[in-house]
Amino acid sequence: MPNYLTKPLPDMSKMEKRIETWLGTNTYHHSEFWSIADLVKAKERAGVSISLCIPTLNEEKTIGKEIIMFKSELMDRYPLLDEIAVVDSGSTDETLAIASSFGADTYLSGEILPDQGFRTGKGENLWKAIYQLKGDIICYVDADIKNIHSKFVSGLVAPLLLRDEIQYVKAFYDRPLALSGGLRPSGGGRVTEILVRPLFSLFFPELTAVMQPLSGEYAVRREVLESLHFPVGYGVETSHLIDLYVKSGLDVFAQVDLDRRVHRNQTTIDLGKMSFGILQTFLKRLEHNGIVRGLPEFDSVFRQLQAEGKRYETRNRVIVEEERPPMITIPGYRERHGR
Amino acid sequence: MADGADGKRKGSRERVISHRDALHGVRELVLANVVMAAEIPAPTGSEKRVTRFLSERFTEAGLTDIASDQAGNIAGVIPGRNRQRNLLVAAHVDKIWTDADDHTVSVEVGCMKGRGIADNSLGVAVLATLPLILERLGIELDSNLILLGTTRSFGRGDLAGMRFFLENVDQAIAGALCLEGIELGRLSYASPGMARGEIRVEICGEGEDFGSAGAIFLLNQILNELLKLNEAHAPEATILIGTVDAESGYNVPPLNGEIRFEIRGESEALVKELEEKIGELVENVAGQDGDVFATLEIIAHRKPGDLGSDHMLVRAAREIQEVLGIAAKIEPSISEVAALLESGIPGLTLGITDGGSRHTRHETVQLERIPEGLAQIVSVIEFMDAELPDKATS
Repeated sequence: MPNYLTKPLPDMSKMEKRIETWLGTNTYHHSEFWSIADLVKAKERAGVSISLCIPTLNEEKTIGKEIIMFKSELMDRYPLLDEIAVVDSGSTDETLAIASSFGADTYLSGEILPDQGFRTGKGENLWKAIYQLKGDIICYVDADIKNIHSKFVSGLVAPLLLRDEIQYVKAFYDRPLALSGGLRPSGGGRVTEILVRPLFSLFFPELTAVMQPLSGEYAVRREVLESLHFPVGYGVETSHLIDLYVKSGLDVFAQVDLDRRVHRNQTTIDLGKMSFGILQTFLKRLEHNGIVRGLPEFDSVFRQLQAEGKRYETRNRVIVEEERPPMITIPGYRERHGR
Repeated sequence: MADGADGKRKGSRERVISHRDALHGVRELVLANVVMAAEIPAPTGSEKRVTRFLSERFTEAGLTDIASDQAGNIAGVIPGRNRQRNLLVAAHVDKIWTDADDHTVSVEVGCMKGRGIADNSLGVAVLATLPLILERLGIELDSNLILLGTTRSFGRGDLAGMRFFLENVDQAIAGALCLEGIELGRLSYASPGMARGEIRVEICGEGEDFGSAGAIFLLNQILNELLKLNEAHAPEATILIGTVDAESGYNVPPLNGEIRFEIRGESEALVKELEEKIGELVENVAGQDGDVFATLEIIAHRKPGDLGSDHMLVRAAREIQEVLGIAAKIEPSISEVAALLESGIPGLTLGITDGGSRHTRHETVQLERIPEGLAQIVSVIEFMDAELPDKATS
């Protein structure tokens, strides 16, 4: 049996310095980009167009406010956005009617690239948006944000407009608060802290610098998006980080503190499903990148237990993290966008 | 518009309609400002965050003389072509809600809901958007247009923001408009006499003499007397009971309590008379037992005022509403317009859209008729600019 206790500790100082440097140069607070007029000038200088994509499935309670805020502040008042699109998975509520009534372009995911079929999942909507939307930069914002503000978009696109080398900008929330005992760890969600951060620490330690790897708000250059695989379900954010990091390193990423995000809380049961999907995505990448070998074929059934009195039963759900190929490999896309 | 020839009248009507049609294009700008204004807590006396929001909007719009005064009001000026006279558009920025209340706005099909959205976030939003609205309509006024967000309107605030502004403004105001979120058609150009008061009772000791209800027994006595007074003086005066408050869980009689009320009357003398009668009944309650303390505090006053239904500003506003198909709802007001009338400034309060559930967490504004409400406001401002004399007469 190997003697684990005598294994030498890794040299932490180099990694810590690397992460600290990146945090210092590539982490922003949205207030650094308070002047939207200046961002519009930067956009004009860069000669790029920007699209906003909001993926939806039954989001009638929050979608209207998001569209009003973004359209008013970032289209009517300042021409930062060139289009606002809602890409929907088949809502049965008033999501699309409300979004349309406030001036968003609305699309059903299943009607985009119909020859590619339709998969259910947020990642599918994000992938189809690359085909449907026109922008050189696409900003994705989830539809369930209650405290929406124009900074959710302007803050995210700013690093792309101001620094050519940045390709992918993630949002994070809830600044570390100074407490009597020092700094509070910056809060990722429960899945981030219990699953994703430990996995990154083990296999991609530089990516632990990303405060909230699962946040649904990010802005990305088209040439990057079209080259990425898209898991259609829970793993899309994790896969993007790993794939782009492996290809281009940490320096193409930036992250922006957007202060606070109020949204509906998910149950532990739902977070379990999310973790199951993310883990599939993660393990596939470990194997694909030669970090581990010989993984068995995954069982796609996620098994959870529930009890009623003294009766116990399993709740099984099939969760397959199917992945869409890079959009650039789709002929229809190349034709539409002249790639 | 009121006295013009037929051709001029027709031109004015067409202009009002064209404003309404053009203003459909700015609806989202207003709505975004509604969301932002509504989600900022602004309890009476703590309005700094919302006045900062207005200040930022005024700065973006290029207003001049943007300033906050000692009362916390925020003002900015759209300079006129002929800078000799001044018009005022005001909206109170405070809300009845506390910092701890959830101020989240929800947007539904055809309406927005949230605490304070009608009273008065929509008014604040229109004030914030007004420079852009005038710009989009290509309107340049001869008069300076002062935009004013006023503080301390509600309750003990007693219109302190507007009063401070009027006492200290060093330029004459030729005419004024107060904005309220609801109701569309609201036309307030008169103010009743008003006194707002708080009656507090306190029982020292165990309160055994008051049975199982404690202070509630005393409050009940006072309430009955107030209702008798109300009945005796109707319809010339009304006593409105807004709050009866005494609590101590389920099984302990409370030892103190409070009634908040408002007297409204046609004359200052009548309001004063009722104020004195209420003072007497409070003294009687206090005198019935050595352990009882009862006090009356009058926290706000309004003098009665009336611009008059024949005033050219009132007639013009009614004609504009008629052109837009808005049914006029004429009602006296104890809000900011009362302070304007006390100062001798011709002024109106106008509502912006339909809505309801005022002062509840489901307070609602309907979106469909906002362009009509905006067209009404712009048209009244144009009238004040073009036709209201410096010394307005009936």
